[in-house]
Amino acid sequence: MPNSKSKSKNNSGRRRFIRNTSLAAFSAALGAEIVFGKNMPKDYVPVAFKADDPYQLFNKNKELIVLNNKPWNLESRPHLLDDKITPEEKMFIRNNGLIPKEINVRNWELVVDGEAVKAKKIFSLADLKSKFNHYTYQLTLECGGNGRSEFYPPASGNQWKTGAVSCANWTGVRLKDVLEDVGVTDAAVYIGYHSADTHLSGDPNKEPISRGVPIFKALQEETLLAFAMNGKDIPLAHGYPLRLVAGGFPASASGKWLKRISVRDIVHDGAKMAAPSYSVPCKPVAPGEKVANEDMCIIESMPVKSLITYPKTGAMIGSGDSLEVRGHAWAGELEVSEMEVSIDFGETWQKCQLEKPVNRLAWQHFNVQLKFPKDGYYEVWAKATDSNGVGQPMVVPGWNPKGYLNNACHRIAVKVGGNG
Amino acid sequence: MGKELINALKRLLSWLLGISIFLVVFMVGLLIINQNPAMMISEEKEDKPEPLIHSDLVKDGIHVATGLVAKEGYETVIANCTNCHAADLVIQNRGDRAHWESLIKWMQATQGLWDLGKNEEIIVSYLSENYSAEQKGRRANLSGIEWYELKK
Repeated sequence: MPNSKSKSKNNSGRRRFIRNTSLAAFSAALGAEIVFGKNMPKDYVPVAFKADDPYQLFNKNKELIVLNNKPWNLESRPHLLDDKITPEEKMFIRNNGLIPKEINVRNWELVVDGEAVKAKKIFSLADLKSKFNHYTYQLTLECGGNGRSEFYPPASGNQWKTGAVSCANWTGVRLKDVLEDVGVTDAAVYIGYHSADTHLSGDPNKEPISRGVPIFKALQEETLLAFAMNGKDIPLAHGYPLRLVAGGFPASASGKWLKRISVRDIVHDGAKMAAPSYSVPCKPVAPGEKVANEDMCIIESMPVKSLITYPKTGAMIGSGDSLEVRGHAWAGELEVSEMEVSIDFGETWQKCQLEKPVNRLAWQHFNVQLKFPKDGYYEVWAKATDSNGVGQPMVVPGWNPKGYLNNACHRIAVKVGGNG
Repeated sequence: MGKELINALKRLLSWLLGISIFLVVFMVGLLIINQNPAMMISEEKEDKPEPLIHSDLVKDGIHVATGLVAKEGYETVIANCTNCHAADLVIQNRGDRAHWESLIKWMQATQGLWDLGKNEEIIVSYLSENYSAEQKGRRANLSGIEWYELKK
């Protein structure tokens, strides 16, 4: 297990300090009484005093933005995502619960059960790796709430900007091969995952998140039970030692620290499967409208989207200089068929060079050389169109209560000549 | 001559022996400390709480340790909200009184938040005044741009 041993040892001094410190001391330091502090669990440290450095803890680039530390939520920034294959250091973290403390790879088992299997079967990690063929795919994983911060009225929760997306190489065995080995009945409609992370309340009977995918998605060639990312063991924060990876769907469907897959004869009813979690209104609604849970539909394929990763916003160039702009585009279950940029707020659009995806569900790279007609302030707006002819909106798309699926065009600021 | 040479050799050998014993002890020590860094922290030091440096420092109207706006009621917010989640989660959210009240109700119903008593009014006022929702249009202007010279 990467680093966990030394980390826990290093923290022991701090923990002892915490144990010895009274609530009164906390209150004094805060300048306010911790009201009803007696309800706090013993040994509990107010989050304000936590000293863990997430960058060191998770091997992350210092420019990532920490949105929350309990659970850990870190987002990347557009210019950090310039690599064709996202490295660990620049990959966003979206956790719902607490990262499992004890991971014993030797005893790690994957249970496959549920109403729609012929018989329950248990695989050790070694069984999985030795019994089935290995496949590697580059897969786009985007948080369903990426871009939430732009909705009005605002949705509560982590206010993601543009950086909750990645496209790494994932290696593992195909879920369909494993399900075939187990034996699935005609009753199967959905699979649900169960994981080793723990609920924020510490209640072992509660799961922080237990989502899944429809059976058609589970049986796709690119849906993996992954044990490696970018050629190495999956980093702890990203699901070590085993995770489900279902690219093109909201990344919440790609369960980390995977312990169990249940093949269900109903739409999986685990934690955060029910509306309003990861659901949007089945029909369009006005901003701020109350929507009943039964009128919400589960998000499946993510919408078409693109990101300018070079240059970083705020670039100043000389009069008459040309500017290379590049980035990535993706379209959930579909492919991106066209990529355009505008430097005049959408009055005219210029075609970009667009590469084919290295495999289905991988993001595609685009680039274009831009010339500016005269000096001044410009914005470069990027717009992708998917293989069904659906493009990105320039404004924020239809409002929804939880602020999902904002795929509005990304844009950067550029100044030409005069340095402002 | 022969005796002096033997004495010199003996001195050299005892030096070498001394150095190797020192190195072995040193490396074993390093290994032990590496395995158990808590050993290096003296018990006496641990009995006294470490001073929480700058925990009440306010700079440019912002409480430095949490990032919250240092206006009336912020200590109450720290004391009640940051027990369970980072202040960051407050700071990045926006809403009116009804929004913040409904969040508190939701946390009480599902997340184990206690009855806030008379502090609820202080907290809701603080949040709705300092973290109210602003209508940004269908796309806000780009803001906070750090301009830099793009090297060719």
